[in-house]
Formats: sequence, C-alpha cells, structure tokens
Amino acid sequence: MDATRAEVCATACADSWDDAGEVLASPFGLIPALGARLARLTTAPDLLLTDGEAVLLAEPPPLGRESEAATAEGWMPYRRVLDLLAGGRRRVMMGATQIDRHGNQNISRIGPWERPKVQLIGVRGAPGNSVNHVTNYWVPKHGVRTFVERVDLVCGVGHDRATGAAGRFHDVRVVVTDLAVLDFAGPDRTMRLRSVHPGVTVREVQERTGFELDTSAVAETRLPSAEELALIRGRLDPDGLRYREVPA
Amino acid sequence: MRDKLVSPDEIAGRLRSGMTIGIGGWGSRRKPMALVRAILRTEVRDLTLVSYGGPDVGLLAAAGRLRKVVHGFVSLDSIPLDPHFRAARQRGELAVAEYDEGMVLAGLRAAAARLPFLPTRAGLGSDVPALDPELRTVRSPYPDGEELLAMPALRLDAALVHLNRADRHGNAQYLGPDPYFDDLMCAAADHGYLSCERVVPTEELLRGGPVQSLLLDRTHVDAVAETPRGAHFTSCTPDHERDEAFQRRYAAAAADAASWQAFHDEFLAGDERSYQAAVDAAREVNG
Repeated sequence: MDATRAEVCATACADSWDDAGEVLASPFGLIPALGARLARLTTAPDLLLTDGEAVLLAEPPPLGRESEAATAEGWMPYRRVLDLLAGGRRRVMMGATQIDRHGNQNISRIGPWERPKVQLIGVRGAPGNSVNHVTNYWVPKHGVRTFVERVDLVCGVGHDRATGAAGRFHDVRVVVTDLAVLDFAGPDRTMRLRSVHPGVTVREVQERTGFELDTSAVAETRLPSAEELALIRGRLDPDGLRYREVPA
Repeated sequence: MRDKLVSPDEIAGRLRSGMTIGIGGWGSRRKPMALVRAILRTEVRDLTLVSYGGPDVGLLAAAGRLRKVVHGFVSLDSIPLDPHFRAARQRGELAVAEYDEGMVLAGLRAAAARLPFLPTRAGLGSDVPALDPELRTVRSPYPDGEELLAMPALRLDAALVHLNRADRHGNAQYLGPDPYFDDLMCAAADHGYLSCERVVPTEELLRGGPVQSLLLDRTHVDAVAETPRGAHFTSCTPDHERDEAFQRRYAAAAADAASWQAFHDEFLAGDERSYQAAVDAAREVNG
C-alpha cells in the first residue's frame, strides 16, 4: 500500500500532536485537520476536536462531513476559545503566508502598512496563540515566496522575539510543508530541516527556501503505517479532500 | 417597561458622522446587515468601526463611509478575504488598527467594565504594538514584575447587533451555536441597537430556547428593529444559512467600479423591502 504525498503530510501533522494531552486542537487547513483527527484516533486520544464552529465532538468526523457528526461533548464558542487559549489549554496548527528562519509568521499584509500591495486576512489570533501555547505551522506549497528572509509584518512571534513575558509560554515547534518537516533546532534556534518527505531531496527544499537552512542531520519523513492509511482512507477522508491541498 | 420598537432607518438616524461604532457577529456570520444597509441610506460618514470583520466592513468601505477600522481580521469565511475591504486598503484609503482577536476582546471587556485598559499577553513580541504607537505596556505590581500589553478600552458610541428573537423592550435571544461578542459590544457602547429576525411577546421568548439563550437584557438596548432576513447574506442560524451564491456575487462585484455600480443599482438603491425583493428576484432568475 503506497502512501501518497498528502498522506505523508497528514501523518507528519499528526505527529505534531502526539504529546498534546487534554487540550483543544485547532488545526487550520484540510491536512492539519486530518492530522489532528488521525492523532486523536492513534497517539493523542485525549485531544478535544471541534466541528469548526462551536461544538466539541466526542468522535472525529470525516473531513467535510463535520455537520453529520453524532455526539457533542461540549460547547466551545469563540469567546471560550479566546479565554481558553490564554490559559494554555489549546494547541494550534496555523497557516503562514510568510515565515522566516526564526519562525516569525505573517498573514496580515504584503507591502507597506499605509497602502499594502496585498491586504491579507489580518493578524487574527496569531500574536496571542504564539505567546500562549504550542503553535505549529502548515505550508501546503513550500516556496521562496513563503520562506522569506524577513516577513513584512510579524503576526506569529518567532524565537528571536520571544523574550520577557512574550517568551514565557512561547513554544513554536515545527513547520510541516508539502516537501518537508522543519523545526527550530538550528543554531540560535533557527530553522532546521528535520526531514524530507519520500522522493524529495534536501537540495530541492533548500532551493525553495529563501534563506539558508541547517541541513546537518536530515532524516526521511516516516511513511504512514497500514493502520494510519486505513483510518485516513476509510474513515477520516473517504471523499479525498486531502488532495485539494496536496495533489496526490 | 419601555417600548423600544423602531424601524431600521430610525436606528440609522440616531448615528452621527465621526462616531465609533461596534458591529456584532463574526466574519460572515450574524451581521446586522439590514442596519448596515440603513446606514448606507444616510449621509453618515467618517465612522470608526470596531468589528470581528465581515461584509459589514466591506459594504461600508466600498461606500466610503469609514475613516478607520479596528479589527483582528476581515473575512467572508467561505471566501477568505472581503475584496471590497481589500481594495479600499490597497488604494490607501482606509486607516486600520489591526489587533489580535484576544486584544479586541480585552479592549471591549475594559470598556464594558469602565476600565481604562486590561493587561494581556497577546500582541507582545509581534509587530502589532509597532503598528499602533499609542499602545503602551504596563508592569505587574506583584513580585512577578511581568511587563504586559495594556490594551486600551474600546469604548463605543454605539453598537449594532442582530439576534434571532427579541421582545419590544430589548431582551434578546440567540438561537444559533455561538453568541459571538454581541452582548459585550452592547456593554461597551453608550447606546445598543438591536435588529432581530422576529419580535415576539416577552412570554414567548422561552418557547424558542432555554433561559441561557437570552443573551441581551434590556439595560443594554436602546432600540429594537424587526428585520426578517436582516442578517442576509451572512448566516443567522437556525433562521437562515449564509446565502453563498449571493455572497459570491457581492465579492465578484468588487472587480471594477462598473460591476459595483450595477450591484448597487440592483440591490442597494432602495429600502430594505426592495433589497429583500431584489434578492428573491435574483434567486428566481438564477435558480
């Protein structure tokens, strides 16, 4: 049973939740959602999952069928999420329009503040998430426009800026992309290439990254197990929505 | 108990240019769109808008009514960005204060409690303080000595919210899954203005949902307007879902001035009744 790239990405995302314990999982994007649900059924049985709105679900629903899920185990409207995250009982995997070697992330705008070249969604919860609980990132298309020397605006806080009260609960760990898994175990907590997905070379990742990566110890991203593949294909994503984010 | 039932236009008539207004809902969900459309029929401008933003921001920005938007995001949910807000920003027309979602919450809570600020960790280390030079930090007076962001109160001249049910006195009920921050918006405001899908006698409120679904009490509400489908095209479950086809039309109309003028002429040139009739007519044409 050969795993597809999307399935390798989903299990890499799942691995980022394995020590989360009893916290609210907030994955943004299809592959991160698949990863969190896979973790919930395998290594992280205590995760709290939502329907994407205000309901906590006792069992992980298939991707795209959240409204059909049967058993609610709780109520989690936005105001509770904002209070809960400040208390630390949450973990997020967010997107990043730009990210730098220290893990500073931007989803607000490209270009000057007074007149942006591109207005994006806004800082959203990134500043608060990144100084309050574990924050990881998902980039579905690894490229030099995303992995930049310097982000245009720091929304999510990186390791170089996590000092004082901003550093107390700061815990940015991994960036999972369609090519690789990166962490911040490089010199001075800079980005390091931890593993490349099967079929991807270290050179390819470096060429598609706008700054120098630490490539001193690169492994190959693990393949999903037979059990994980069965859960992804048969239970969590029978409609194949994962291929909308990472084709094949 | 006072009778506060008025028309949407009467509510809009109580607003003045230069005011700071909070709008309830979240993204493209339960926005008081009939009240926003009523503002478009007035001459009110130079508004400062505080919002977990959606098409309320986009519509008012496209009409040139905004001086500044205070927000954590502006999104249509199923369409990630509001193109009208985006276009206004990219033309350099619109000032913004962009805060973390939790900072907006802290600012509203401070205003509701008549505090000058509330300390928060959110925003520290990010570029948010650099974007707003008026933001200050405060040091904990306790032995930890931590330096935290002092989020200033977001005091509002008026709040506009839309709920499912209300009585004529301003007691109001939400029947969907999320209260958003509507009660807090009203508590942070000098005047709270409410629209609702249906006005019912007080004794009927609890037929719709449990007592905890009564989100707003009348102390925070100055006027009530009955506006069936008044959140259109945003969602107002369980009364109506988001009108995704209409939302796509609204977004596509941002392409150029001519498309926006055509959209305006078809939907926004008349009153709320003609808006709803035009929405029905468009639905029949498009199936």
